[in-house]
Formats: sequence, C-alpha cells, structure tokens
Amino acid sequence: MTPNLPEPKLGAAQPVSPTAAPAPAAPVPPKPAVAAAPPSPTPAQPAPAPAPVLPNPLPHAPLPFKGVDYAAKGYHADATVTPDQVVFAAELLDKEGLSLDTITGVDWMAEGQMEVVYDYFHPAKALRVVVRTRIPRDNPEIPTIQKVFPGANWHERETHDFFGIKFLGHPNLTPFLLPEDATYHPLRKDFTQC
Amino acid sequence: MLVKDQLKTEIAADGSPRETFVINLGPQHPATHGVLRVKMTMDGEYVVRAEPVCGYIHRMQEKMGENRTYAQFLPNTSRIDYLSALTYTHGFVGAVERALKLQVPPRAEYIRVITSELNRISSHLVWWGAFLLDLGGFTPLLYAFDDREKILDLLEGITGSRLTYSYFRIGGLYNDIDDTFINGTRAFVAQMRPRLKMYRSLVTDNIILRKRLIDIGPITEEMCRKYGATGPVIRGSGVPYDVRKVEPYSVYSDLDFVVPTFEEGDSMARYLVRMEEMAQSLRIIEQGLDKLPAGPVMAEKVPRVLKLPAGDYCYAVEAARGRFAVRIVSDNKEIPYRVKLRTPSLSNLSLFEEASAGMLLPDALALMGSLDLVIPDIDR
Repeated sequence: MTPNLPEPKLGAAQPVSPTAAPAPAAPVPPKPAVAAAPPSPTPAQPAPAPAPVLPNPLPHAPLPFKGVDYAAKGYHADATVTPDQVVFAAELLDKEGLSLDTITGVDWMAEGQMEVVYDYFHPAKALRVVVRTRIPRDNPEIPTIQKVFPGANWHERETHDFFGIKFLGHPNLTPFLLPEDATYHPLRKDFTQC
Repeated sequence: MLVKDQLKTEIAADGSPRETFVINLGPQHPATHGVLRVKMTMDGEYVVRAEPVCGYIHRMQEKMGENRTYAQFLPNTSRIDYLSALTYTHGFVGAVERALKLQVPPRAEYIRVITSELNRISSHLVWWGAFLLDLGGFTPLLYAFDDREKILDLLEGITGSRLTYSYFRIGGLYNDIDDTFINGTRAFVAQMRPRLKMYRSLVTDNIILRKRLIDIGPITEEMCRKYGATGPVIRGSGVPYDVRKVEPYSVYSDLDFVVPTFEEGDSMARYLVRMEEMAQSLRIIEQGLDKLPAGPVMAEKVPRVLKLPAGDYCYAVEAARGRFAVRIVSDNKEIPYRVKLRTPSLSNLSLFEEASAGMLLPDALALMGSLDLVIPDIDR
C-alpha cells in the first residue's frame, strides 16, 4: 500500500460543501519548495536505504524523512532528527499544512536516553508523519514547539508530567494531569510507588 | 475593536480601571459533565480568560498499559471515552492486529463497523440531550435517552454489557451476532429515521436554539489545525477530515457514506454535523447488515501468548469525538513497552481558552457543550 492511496475515494465521496473540499492531491503532490534553511547546520542527508525503499512522501523537505509502509506501521513518513531540529521540523510541517497529532516520550532506560516522538497528521489527505529525537536521560531538555503549534502546550505539559522532560521556552510547564504538587514522573521506567 | 481585545486593556471604555474577578467553574458543575475545572477570569459577564484545569479523574491508563499484557489491557480501552467504548477498543485491537499481521475475518470487521456506528449514534444522542440541557431545554434529553435505550438493549444482547463493552478481541470478536440483533437493528434503523426528522422540527428549527448557537463560538479551520482539533469540531469548520475516509480502516472503504461538513464554524455548525452524522451512521449500519458475509468471527491461529515484534505501531480510528490513535511501542515481550493513547477530547478542549476569550459566560458554556467533552477521555 502506497501513501495517499485512499485519496480518490475522499474526493469522490465528498458531497456536502463544495468549497470545503480540498483539491484532490496527486499521489505525490507538487508542493512549493521550502525556502527557509534549517537553523541548525545539519543539511539533508540521504536515507540509509533499508531493504524495501518506499517513496518519501516529503521529498523536498530538508530533513531525513523516510517512506514507511502504512499497512505495517500506521504512518507514512518517519524522520529521526537532532533535538535542536524539532522546532524547524514543526515549522516545516506547519507550512506543509499538517496538524499536530500528539507529543509523547519513550523512556529507553537501558540506553540512557529519552525518545521524544512528535506525531503529525494532514487534515485533508492520508499523510501521517512521525518526527522523533533522542535526548540524554539524565538531563532531558528539548525546545518547545508551542510557538508553532499552540496545541503543543498541553501535550508538552503532559510529557513533562510523565517523563520529566523539560521543554525549554514553555510558558507554563506546571503539572497538567498529575496533582499540582507532584514531583514524580510515573512513566519513567525506574518509577516506583510514590 | 473586538470585545476580546477590549478586555485586554487595563482601562474600561468609560475610563474607569478594569476590574476582573475569578470564578471557578467546577470541578463539580453540571455544565462540565464530569470533573473538569475551568478557572474563569471575568469582567462582568464577559470571559477575559478561561483556563481549563485537567486531571481530576486522571487514572494513568498509559502506565496500566505498561504493566499488563495486551489482552489484559483490553477492558481499559472501554473506559477512556466511555461513550465510544467500541470505537476505542477497535483502535487498540487494530494496533495489535497490525503488529501481528493478523487477518481479521470479514464478518468480524462488518460487525465491528455495525456496532461501532450504533455506539456513535448512542454517543451523539447523549451529547444531544445533555447539550440541550445545558442550554435550558429539559425535554429533548428524555427523547434522546428513549432512543439510546434501544441501542443499549441491542448491544447488551450481544456484548453482555450496556456501556463498557469490551466486545472486540484481538483477532475478532467475543461472539457472533444473532437474528435478534439483526432484526432488532433493522427495526431500530427504520424507527430512528422519523425520529431524526422529529428532532429537526422539535429542536433544530427552534428559533430559541438557533439564537443561542448561530455565530456563537466561531472556530476557524486554522485554529483547528493549530490545536489538532478533529471530529465534528473540525468538520463544523468546513474541513472534511474523517479518519474513516482519509485513512480508511476496517471495511469503511466498502461502504457508501458522506462526511457532513458545515462552513460556519459556529456552535450551530457543530450541532448540525452531529445530527447529520447520525443519519449517515444509520446508512452505514443498513449497508453493513445487507453486506454482512458469513463465516467465522475470530481469526484462526491467534497466539495464546501475544508478543509483538519490536518496533512501534499506530492505529487511528474515528471516534464520536474525533481522531483516537493508539501508539504501541514493543520490545518483543508479553507486556507493551509503551502505550500512548491520543484522545480527541484533549485536543478539542485545548482550543477553548483561545476560542472563548471575549464571550459572554452563557455563550462560552454553549461553546463548551458544542465541543462534546468526555472528561475521562481528557484525563485518561
């Protein structure tokens, strides 16, 4: 199954509001080249070519996006970036018209790392993008993207609650779902009953 | 100058210093339908800032996911958004089936769709009754619960439960549907259509309702995108985003239905989207029953001990409130390494602070009701 396969069905079955329906996109939609250069000096790097190479749904994006088999994984593109590139990635996907799905963490205790995962979805076509990065577990800090997507505010607070990841520049990194005096981070793998 | 911009200034229009006060809406308040607290900074009747305070019913569902097996976590998925229990279970079993590359029998997929759509109608009926109750109309709630009761009876017959169904299994279903369910569902569909017509003339066309909702709480397409709002909220802002169409799962691509959208972005648009969705769900149920294939309802050779190959797997479904997505990270053990639950109510509520600025308090509550919040879905 290739990305954007369900597209014609979407276009064909949209009845109610003609102005609302977005232009049906071709399997690989032509998009304007992104002019802005990445803030960090990491240029586009070619994907390390796994066995079945799928087309990259974001070929013009200066980040290492790789095509992913949607049927096997549930998303279309995946990029592992450096921690200082997450804001650039958010700006880039914002320009592409994507919306923020969620932000979460994964505690890789054995490796001494925290993974931060940003999920994006496109509100008009089948395009799910995952941006992930790893930060040191003993000092988990990463810039906030809530200036790009205000919806990230709550997701980052939740991730701070659960993993203790500090989102630098966040205006209000107080407990969100945990009690207001919580000092523990329950999804860290070394968490014991408080 | 817009009211919300005026309220940001220190001096009121008549030259006196602006005085604000804070009221607490909740955590126990009928209009929040659960334990949600909203800290409202008010200038008279106008909302200067409404800050939702979440977490009063937080149960750490995601930690529970990390200390039990996949099958043991299944009942939890009915208890996140308790009004979309079947759809949420579908999201979870879908992610596990995707990882294991399990082929679910077509009959099971059709039954999943039929029951999920019944669940969607019952969820919308609860919203409809409760929303109108918020707006001051008591009677519609009784009509809505009358119809909902029929759905609960139908689902109870096959799942054994009336709210937290846990009916889907990894690889199929708990049991097959019977003729009582099929005939009862057909009768319900036939009965529900005139009821929807009656709801239209009884409530939707009512001038008082229209004055309470039209142009109240406008949410733009751009705001939905920036906050990740989905479901009837984004469709009420003119975007035909529906996971059932955009990323078709199960057998939705074989069924003919439309995604209702309304351009206006106000509370009325969100209201009309849900009313139209109920009619579409009836169509889906009818087609599902017509096309229902024979065969087993459980995949063969579902391993007794489920170990997912290492990696991460996502599965998104369209719940009654919008996009629900599950992300499972596995390290090839019996228990998941990480279960992330992306719930629609959280993203839908996150835009409330921006959308409600400058509104009158009763209008802000109308806006909140039109978001159709389920608080355990936010707090998890």
